[in-house]
Amino acid sequence: MSASDYQPVIGLEVHAQLLTGSKIFCGCSTRFGAPPNHNTCPVCLGLPGVLPTLNQRVVEFAIRAGLALGCAIRLTSVWSRKNYFYPDLPKGYQITQYDLPICEGGRLSIEAGEGSREIRIRRIHMEEDAGKSIHDGASGHSLVDLNRAGVPLLEIVSEPDLRSSDEAAQYLKELREVLVYLEINDGNMEEGSFRCDANVSVMRKGASALGVRTELKNMNSFRFVRQAIDYELARQIDLLERGGTVVQETRLWDPQRSETRPMRSKEEAHDYRYFPEPDLPPLEISQALVDAVARSLPELPQAKARRFQARYGLPAYDVKILCAERPLADFFEASAALYTDYKKLSNWFLGELLRLRHEEGGGFPWKIRPEQLAGLLVRVDRGEISASAAKDVLGAMFRTGEDPASIIQTRGLGQISDTAVIEAAVEQALAQHPAEAARYRAGKKQVFGFFVGQVMKAMKGKGNPALINEVLKKKLG
Amino acid sequence: MTPPVLNLSMLELAGALARREISSVEATHACLGRIEAVDPRVKAFLRIDAEGALAAAEASDNRRQSGALSALDGVPVAVKDLFLTEGVETTAGSKILAGFIPPYDATAVKLLKGAGLPILGKLNQDEFAMGSSTESSAFFPTHNPWDLSRTPGGSSGGSSAAVAAREIFGALGTDTGGSIRQPAALTNTVGLKPTYGRLSRYGVIAFASSLDQVGPITRSVLDAAALLQILAVHDPKDSTSSTAPVPNYMAEIEGGVSGMRLGVPREYFVPGMDPEVEHAVRQAASDLERMGAKLVDVSLPHTRYALAAYYLIAPAEASANLARYDGVRYGLRAQVAGGLREMYCRTRAAGFGPEVKRRIMLGTYALSAGYYDAYYLKAQKVRTLIREDFLRAFQKVDAIVSATSPVTAFKLGEKVDDPLAMYLMDVLTLPCNLAGLPGLSVPCGFGTGDLPIGLQILGRPFDESRILRIGRAFEREADFAGRAPPL
Repeated sequence: MSASDYQPVIGLEVHAQLLTGSKIFCGCSTRFGAPPNHNTCPVCLGLPGVLPTLNQRVVEFAIRAGLALGCAIRLTSVWSRKNYFYPDLPKGYQITQYDLPICEGGRLSIEAGEGSREIRIRRIHMEEDAGKSIHDGASGHSLVDLNRAGVPLLEIVSEPDLRSSDEAAQYLKELREVLVYLEINDGNMEEGSFRCDANVSVMRKGASALGVRTELKNMNSFRFVRQAIDYELARQIDLLERGGTVVQETRLWDPQRSETRPMRSKEEAHDYRYFPEPDLPPLEISQALVDAVARSLPELPQAKARRFQARYGLPAYDVKILCAERPLADFFEASAALYTDYKKLSNWFLGELLRLRHEEGGGFPWKIRPEQLAGLLVRVDRGEISASAAKDVLGAMFRTGEDPASIIQTRGLGQISDTAVIEAAVEQALAQHPAEAARYRAGKKQVFGFFVGQVMKAMKGKGNPALINEVLKKKLG
Repeated sequence: MTPPVLNLSMLELAGALARREISSVEATHACLGRIEAVDPRVKAFLRIDAEGALAAAEASDNRRQSGALSALDGVPVAVKDLFLTEGVETTAGSKILAGFIPPYDATAVKLLKGAGLPILGKLNQDEFAMGSSTESSAFFPTHNPWDLSRTPGGSSGGSSAAVAAREIFGALGTDTGGSIRQPAALTNTVGLKPTYGRLSRYGVIAFASSLDQVGPITRSVLDAAALLQILAVHDPKDSTSSTAPVPNYMAEIEGGVSGMRLGVPREYFVPGMDPEVEHAVRQAASDLERMGAKLVDVSLPHTRYALAAYYLIAPAEASANLARYDGVRYGLRAQVAGGLREMYCRTRAAGFGPEVKRRIMLGTYALSAGYYDAYYLKAQKVRTLIREDFLRAFQKVDAIVSATSPVTAFKLGEKVDDPLAMYLMDVLTLPCNLAGLPGLSVPCGFGTGDLPIGLQILGRPFDESRILRIGRAFEREADFAGRAPPL
């Protein structure tokens, strides 16, 4: 037997922090980066006597995610307490949803091999985040920061439908795209606002029973998700091949050593003793609210991509990139309304704009506006400015938000199409290089390019290339 | 000698204050003097906030010209130690919270302060309200002013004893399974447990969240109604706080019982009930009949399962509610050399008393994987049946009357080693909590040794007005509560 005789079975649990201004059960700010324990109050500190009150915005966001992922929205869902002791869990229990979550039974389609596959989503529920423990090795102390305690999370649980680490990464990317599109999550894996645990097992091909699974944690990038799953699949297969058995346990990914290792043994496995949260009545949602949220849903990335392909006739590759981020797609559409060579427009996006974004950093909104971009491209088409000069102008527009006309003017970048000026420059070049002119006339046609370069240099790159060609041909004739 | 002012009810004192016969500062000083004189024997108070109370009293006197804040402005009260009081140590009667100074006021405390009532201090209780005698207080038991060798009941025993002993004009308690009504019955005071959700639980240290309810202990039904009026406010900080309209509880309180149908549940005359108690309660029922009510025999068939259901649900919720006392952020932390786990274990071992530990273990067990369905879930189903029993009975009757406690005040120490016997003290009161109903205890006589007996009146959800009216009719007819203990 070998690895190819085994079928990987992977399910993902994603925790996505919601972009609400305040926490799920109190009014504290959710802002990242505040001094430790700054964004806290008696409620999120778990002081005696406090009670939770639900932030309705969280419910709206959960419905948004549920509808976008094709889930059924439960009009009555129930809060539960999940009990365990840890210093960053102030109440000694987490308020979450257990047997009656707000969303159930959705799906997300991912690209797999040649075609696409639907990955089923089991459930989505709302819960509060815990704080952060910081273990100071030097002093031997652990410090607790409760700024994050009570930040709203969505837990999105897939069915074990994923068959490889590639599919897992693909699923995560698609899911993240959707959540960011919905403007409910910032998709930041490094800061932990989009986190993922993986349930991984292998089964013999053709077998009907699933293998024993392990739960992988601490994978804070797509690369680590891939590496951890691959490592774990290989470990399990190797174990089984040597006649061993997989133990159901939680394992941590160690990025330094590129391996997974057990976090806690089965003896210490938690019994979370879930029970309905008596401090919060069951959550009742009206169908009217669900309908209103449905009406407010934006076009989702996959639907947008299909439309872009049909409407603008762009290649799948272009469309995928343009639609990966909603502001980028919106910018493209606004530009396309003013500039109709869509492929050329797309090339400027994929080439120049994304490069500039990468170089300049920062997010949306951009300083440059769609009508400015369209204006610039029209000038290029009309030959008023060379493509290479236009790239510089675009850079300036991107950084400052200035109009192309004023940049072209102040930098003197306008393309020269004045035949008299070009003729003068051509004659000058021919006069300076009589030997080369003679060689051309003797049949060395390659020398033509040399003269184009000389003329362009003399005109500081602003000469209209088509006109230069025309004039040169005539004069060398 | 008790200064005569201390025998006044809250509303009578409010009248005297309004007529300038006495100032709030003088009334507060009278309480402080009385506390000094009798509390070393009664031991109702855990903490006295003379400074805070006198400042509030002075403020009340100063604004009397410009207008009182409420019907009870200037009337000194005290609260059970389960209520958070900003800047005043709050322990829930537990060592694990020793030294805990809350940064905020419970909503009920805030409402009292907002209504101008000086708060004289924090009253003793069973630890985390778990008990029926105040003997599980981590600090000391409270003594019944009617017989200092006996319990004032519990868990709000400090509240009932202080009110009975004339140390204070009224007090707040909490009632999870009878913790307001039973101590009221045992001390000849009035205790009201409102409908679940009527009063805010915000800032009240949680014992069993789905059962806990705040309420007053006073020396008259009118006072209970007056305090209820101040406290019955929808609180957005408590998601279980009701938005049901709040009636004027005084409007029909003198209306009498004529024409009312009062249910007498046959299951509430239990084996082991003190014959004196049964006699007094039957007498009270026939008094009400004489006053124009019609007595109706009703059955609450699931009553016998209530105790078992209660002792699964309440400990289960408590096991989670008390998890936050872990030594990490506030209260007691055991100093240990070992790691986190040892710190948790030592802190909780040292901080919690035996009754609290017993209930945490019970609750943890009832919620454990493999037992949840058989215990917790089953108990919740029983709870539904008990509520249905009541709602069915309330189709036939307007209110239900019974004894509050099956016995009169028992000796301190008598039941401490027998938790089951102690749990049976709540057998007549806790079905009301399971069903979320309002319940009132009013004095209805005395047994051997001049030990008080209480009559319990249970009403429909949010029908506090009616049970107060019944209690008031009874109190007008037979003013037992006017009688002071021989301190």
